[in-house]
Amino acid sequence: MADEKRENGQPLLEIADLRVHFALREGVFTRRRDVVQAINGVSLRLRRGEVFGLVGESGCGKTTLGRAVVGLAPVLTGDIRFAGQTVVGLTGRAARERARRIQLIFQDPYSSLHPRKTVRDLVGAGLKFHGLAQGYEIDEQVLLMLEGVGLGLDHLYRYAHEFSGGQRQRIALARALVLKPELLILDEPTSALDVSVQAQILNLLKELRRQFQLTYLFISHNLGVVRYMSQRIGVMYLGHIVETGATEDLFLRPQHPYTRVLLSALPSLDPDAPSKRQVLAGEPPTPINPPPGCPFASRCPDVRDICHQQKPDLGQRGGEPTHLCACHFPRLEQPAK
Amino acid sequence: MRVVDELLLDVRDLKVEFHTLHVVVHALQGVSFQLRRRETLGLAGETGCGKSVTALAILRLINRPGRISHGQVLFEGRDLLALSEPDMRELRGSQISMIMQEPKMSLNPVIRAGDQVAETLLIHDRSLTRRTAKARAVEMLASLGIPDAPRMAGRYPHELSGGMAQRIMIAMMLVTRPKLLIADEPTSALDVTIQAQILEVMKALIREINTAVLLITHDLGVMAETCDRVAVMYTGSVVEIGPVRVVLKNPQHPYTQGLLKTIPNNVAPDQPLFSIRGQVPSLLQPPTACAFAPRCDRAEERCRVEIPPRYVLEEGHHVACFLHQGRPEVGALPEPLTERG
Repeated sequence: MADEKRENGQPLLEIADLRVHFALREGVFTRRRDVVQAINGVSLRLRRGEVFGLVGESGCGKTTLGRAVVGLAPVLTGDIRFAGQTVVGLTGRAARERARRIQLIFQDPYSSLHPRKTVRDLVGAGLKFHGLAQGYEIDEQVLLMLEGVGLGLDHLYRYAHEFSGGQRQRIALARALVLKPELLILDEPTSALDVSVQAQILNLLKELRRQFQLTYLFISHNLGVVRYMSQRIGVMYLGHIVETGATEDLFLRPQHPYTRVLLSALPSLDPDAPSKRQVLAGEPPTPINPPPGCPFASRCPDVRDICHQQKPDLGQRGGEPTHLCACHFPRLEQPAK
Repeated sequence: MRVVDELLLDVRDLKVEFHTLHVVVHALQGVSFQLRRRETLGLAGETGCGKSVTALAILRLINRPGRISHGQVLFEGRDLLALSEPDMRELRGSQISMIMQEPKMSLNPVIRAGDQVAETLLIHDRSLTRRTAKARAVEMLASLGIPDAPRMAGRYPHELSGGMAQRIMIAMMLVTRPKLLIADEPTSALDVTIQAQILEVMKALIREINTAVLLITHDLGVMAETCDRVAVMYTGSVVEIGPVRVVLKNPQHPYTQGLLKTIPNNVAPDQPLFSIRGQVPSLLQPPTACAFAPRCDRAEERCRVEIPPRYVLEEGHHVACFLHQGRPEVGALPEPLTERG
């Protein structure tokens, strides 16, 4: 299998104990400063050519993690290494080179494309900025890329508002890929799209990954989509990765209680076999000055005293060395089916 | 199975147009469906297919430049499109309520949550005192699983999370015990664990007060778990309608079949996802043929020149597709319909 090949590969992206905090000021005259602990000690590695899915609910820090990788979020401590080099705090030429090699695709293609620029300008802007092409070469490369994402010559001089959501996401992809990046951070790339359009874009993403040998950090709250796209998955909760492992392993043998709740919340399409939904009480606590102990303790169905005092480490709990879980009382039995 | 209840809502050949400077958008191109008391009907379909316009048209909330050009909306036998505006206003909120997708957009930002729920009661029942209305509002919030309801009732919408705000919205809409609740994507803006909570409390409350529900959602999973029947819409008309089990497990319209196949659940990662080829057609021309024909693999000559009627496959399962020609058609509409100015 391709697994072996990946094992030997150097990690393309390596995040080590990353913390991203944002300071919040309450009022104009108060001294008190609250801190949003958006990412609280996250480590992960992406091998070249791999798709790593990052799932979690709003506010869990998955978007911030993606933004930190491209330097759009302030890193408090920890390191982000891309192809062996640290990318934290880059400036000048190094930052520009990072910006070319790591591209970000945003969720909402309606607001990520400049409304007063034509597709040619939108897609070609990066080429110009990085000095990769000039004059008619820009048009050539833009056109080639547009064809790669399923658009064509007659779209070249149109404006973003003339396109549907799916087509706009194709333009955003063309804009990213024309710079020949190595890593693509896809932040909910299909959440704003209808299912039938989503299917087209997911197929395109798979095809482009093969064609350009890309690595994806695929951020989504949709477990079905993540399962279909990723080889490995990380589940985030309140700024922590609470469980990570190979996709099928994680789906069939979830260890962390939060992962199990998430999986059970996936609505079943079969009215005769409704999902055995575990309904969680309460809502995720805010990442503003979170309590010590396990981040999930306040909603966990299996919570015990120690969970409120001591934060569990992310480590191997079951038999699978790649399957890590941060829980004092993980569930390790074999799947029921 | 549920006991078959009497008819509550009968939408007949509803057409809505939006007139702009140069073009006319035919948003609804003859929507027909029925809803019985205590029943939950799901309205499925993709962006732009007319789900929300249908909901707004039932409540007569289509504003200029839109207009309802044709059809009837019979609610308990009365044609809502023929009611006077004051009568209609009386009906909205007391008999028919609507929950919108974005709860924070629908709540008044400067009125406390509890007061907004109480206000709904006060408007529709003048005999209530402010105090009793507030007490009932708090009671309602508690029954929706809101912890510490009296304190939550005192909060402003911006102090609430998305899930809490949607609960307030649901409380506001159900506190008058309406006969029909229209819920337009009530959980789409929420996280899955919160969505699960909201669906549970909504289902329990709907059962308790015996409301019929028209649930609009693009999430077929939510539909499978909540609805009794499903109507699938495509470019402004209903292409398939039937019991949820039949439509999701044994869909008969090529569009419904395609839509279900595009969902990435349980598709092996090495298989490409099925995708319906082509694009949704524009709504600028009134239909002269099957709107799905250009994207359909099984389209025949007839599909390109004629609008398919709704064929009855079995009791309550209707499909608008010529693949089923020869089956009995849904009976011609009982009354002649009048054009509306």
